[in-house]
Amino acid sequence: MTYRSSVPLYWRLQKAKYTLVGTQCITCRSLYFPPRSVCPSCRSKGFTKQHKFTPSGTITTHTVIRTPPEGFESLAPYVIAMIKLDEGPLISGLVVDTPEKIATGKKVTAVFRKISEDGKDGIIHYGLKWKLVE
Amino acid sequence: MIDMPDGVGIVGYGCYIPRFRIKVEEIARVWGQNPVDVKASLGIEEKSVPDRDEDTVTISVEASKNALARAGISPQSLGAVYVGSESHPYVVKPSATIVAEAIGAGPAISALDTEFACRAGSSNIVLCMGLVKAGYIDYGLAIGADTAQSRPGDALEFTAAAGGAAFIIGRKDVAAHIEGHFSYVTDTTDFWRRHGEDFPRHGARFTGKPAYFTHVREAVTGLLQKLSLTLDDFDRVVFHMPNGKFPLAMAKELEIPLEKIKDSLVVCKVGNSYSGSSLVGLCKTLDIAKAGERILLASYGSGAGSDAFAIKVNGRLDEIRNKAPKTDDYINRKEYIDYGTYAKHMNTLKGVTA
Amino acid sequence: MRVGIIGIGQTKMGEHWSKSLRDLSTEAGAMALKSAGMTASDIDGLFIGNMSAGRFVGQEHLAALAADHAGMTPIPATRCEAACASGSLAFRKAYFAILSGHHKIVMVGGSEKMTDIGATGSVGTLMGAGDQEWESSIGLTFPGLYALMAQAYMERYGLQRDELSLVPVKNHAHGVKNPYAQFRFPISVQDVAASPLVADPLRLLDCSPITDGAAAIILATEDVAKHFEKPVWVAGSGQASDTLALHDREELCRLRASEKAAQMAYIQAGVGPENIDVAEVHDCFSIAEIIAYEDLGFAKRGKGKQMLLNKDTSMGGSMPVNTDGGLKVGHPVGATGIKQLIEITRQLRGEAPNQVKDAKIGLAHNVGGSGATALVHILRRD
Repeated sequence: MTYRSSVPLYWRLQKAKYTLVGTQCITCRSLYFPPRSVCPSCRSKGFTKQHKFTPSGTITTHTVIRTPPEGFESLAPYVIAMIKLDEGPLISGLVVDTPEKIATGKKVTAVFRKISEDGKDGIIHYGLKWKLVE
Repeated sequence: MIDMPDGVGIVGYGCYIPRFRIKVEEIARVWGQNPVDVKASLGIEEKSVPDRDEDTVTISVEASKNALARAGISPQSLGAVYVGSESHPYVVKPSATIVAEAIGAGPAISALDTEFACRAGSSNIVLCMGLVKAGYIDYGLAIGADTAQSRPGDALEFTAAAGGAAFIIGRKDVAAHIEGHFSYVTDTTDFWRRHGEDFPRHGARFTGKPAYFTHVREAVTGLLQKLSLTLDDFDRVVFHMPNGKFPLAMAKELEIPLEKIKDSLVVCKVGNSYSGSSLVGLCKTLDIAKAGERILLASYGSGAGSDAFAIKVNGRLDEIRNKAPKTDDYINRKEYIDYGTYAKHMNTLKGVTA
Repeated sequence: MRVGIIGIGQTKMGEHWSKSLRDLSTEAGAMALKSAGMTASDIDGLFIGNMSAGRFVGQEHLAALAADHAGMTPIPATRCEAACASGSLAFRKAYFAILSGHHKIVMVGGSEKMTDIGATGSVGTLMGAGDQEWESSIGLTFPGLYALMAQAYMERYGLQRDELSLVPVKNHAHGVKNPYAQFRFPISVQDVAASPLVADPLRLLDCSPITDGAAAIILATEDVAKHFEKPVWVAGSGQASDTLALHDREELCRLRASEKAAQMAYIQAGVGPENIDVAEVHDCFSIAEIIAYEDLGFAKRGKGKQMLLNKDTSMGGSMPVNTDGGLKVGHPVGATGIKQLIEITRQLRGEAPNQVKDAKIGLAHNVGGSGATALVHILRRD
């Protein structure tokens, strides 16, 4: 079994990947998504607590992946965008709309989708992708 | 006489239909059939197709989020999450737990997957009604969703579609009171799928009279008797829609006027989403029903059984219906694909690994 | 005390079906020893740069493997990893090892054997240089990451698609004369435009290839190096880190790690960008070279393309860049940092196929991942 077939590796990120739960520094109140256990600014004084982000953001740039890695072959071509969440953090996200509709500045909202699966008999990895707000 | 006098009913509702569509003409073209004949016999124009990254779980999550938005409750208030489908992504490993975590419900909840062909979703409503009525839970989430598989080249390929609907059942802020329900089931094998088989088999014409028509009729008749109502007491009717003909034929047999059923016939534009079918029809009906109207809902699941419900709408429905996308928003949001793309989405192409 | 380069060796870069990782490493090491007129028993320390032999060929513990197969045991042998910057990281560690006084003559090798697991396998393995949890897991490949940078850069600074193509066109032209290059044919802007899209807007000819290869350098104390005919001295070494994931960077259009590493190297060497005669920069994807010009101080922010339009960085220009063809004509990940330093060494010795006249001070710039690590070395001759 390689890490790609690992159940715990994906399981422990479910809350973050299913519901956009990140963290907030208890000292400087900076928000982090993806979640960080330590605030890089406050460091030893920067422990963090959970923060649920609003699943809404804006596209700042994007690309279309046409040479996919293992596990993503038949999904190609797919759009990946840099999305600035309304609450601040910048994230990388898969966008479900077709490439010609995507543009910098467009607003997106999260949708629950399959991200990948570990072959026909392995587990399915679910998570959030992003969709243009019409 | 009302079966559920305690005000148990629908507090929130929502559906989800994937955006891809394939036309009858396109499927007929591949198999050398005459689309005019197909449309005439099945009463359907096109059906919904899931995206490659959609399945029963993802559809259930989207429908549930819509239901929660309308219910205006926190997902933590849910005491139960039941997902009914015949296309659960896992044979062993519940869809319900994924849905529960994705919507922020639990962990102290009853979560379960159910299966009864196309009837599983409506039966989940009955399960939730019981728990709420008993005072055991405050709110239950009942879902029916499918990404229906059909054998390529089979008649079912024209109608087997993807979609789902979710209902939050409770006692507080009820928008549509479920006055009563009646189930009718027999061991009638009109449509089945064995372990390890990719596609179902069905009894062709046997799926008609002895199956769909008998069970829907008996469930409706039983409901009317139980509640001392007649069909004239209902303003709107929703039947399970395996195609565009059966529900109309059932209505005709029961002497239900066309106007009462025509608005719920989503099948013509999006196909039969199996466990979602009648429930998506109910969502469409709730989108337009007026306060005081009474709705008859009868689901049907092969194997076989039907759940019939009497649902009375009140003014609260007007307050909540705009809080999430409506059924027509999903029906009208569409993108046509060809048969090759359809086969890719439905994973019927041999040798595709991921 | 100065540290000098006294031996160099590299394998041809390409698809080496009949050569394994250990074959390639041994070949490069043997060439380096021969070029220095030394034997394995002269070496007292070994540093290896390799990104991902574990995933490419199932082999970890590489430094021990290299020492074993070179007949160099029991000397201390260490593997360094910083994704695509592994080679120059190993070089810096070797440099420090000598400066520390604990070592006199050290071999540093870089290697990568990428072709055994196929192209899709390589694409997946290279994603390990990014953030597994939040980039790899959603299928964000390396071309994808640099495409996001390219898209952002083009929108912000008005870089045109054909202007970006000037990078691979220049580097292919330079690679024609490089006997070690994987590709030795010229290409045109039209060829780039006609090549298939990999991750919009980047096309196949914007991207460095999947390559097998190894390269080795022998470093020595000044005492030893001064006896060699044309010693090349390490004048400056800089290294810096930045966030692993691209989405955590302050800006997408610059690599702060490159800027910081360059500053460190310039300060130590006592020179500025204007003093550099020839440079090897990390052109894993075409946009990376333009951003590198700016990060390294050769061009103002947003104006990198001018150097290409003016042909400043072509042969015959004011500061040729990637005179051996750069990563575009071969990117055996762990070996890249070493082969860049080898090209600068050749330039300073006057032995390069594309020789820059009177090259005295050269710079090599090596980046790991999408910019989480960067190393800059400045070499000079007397």
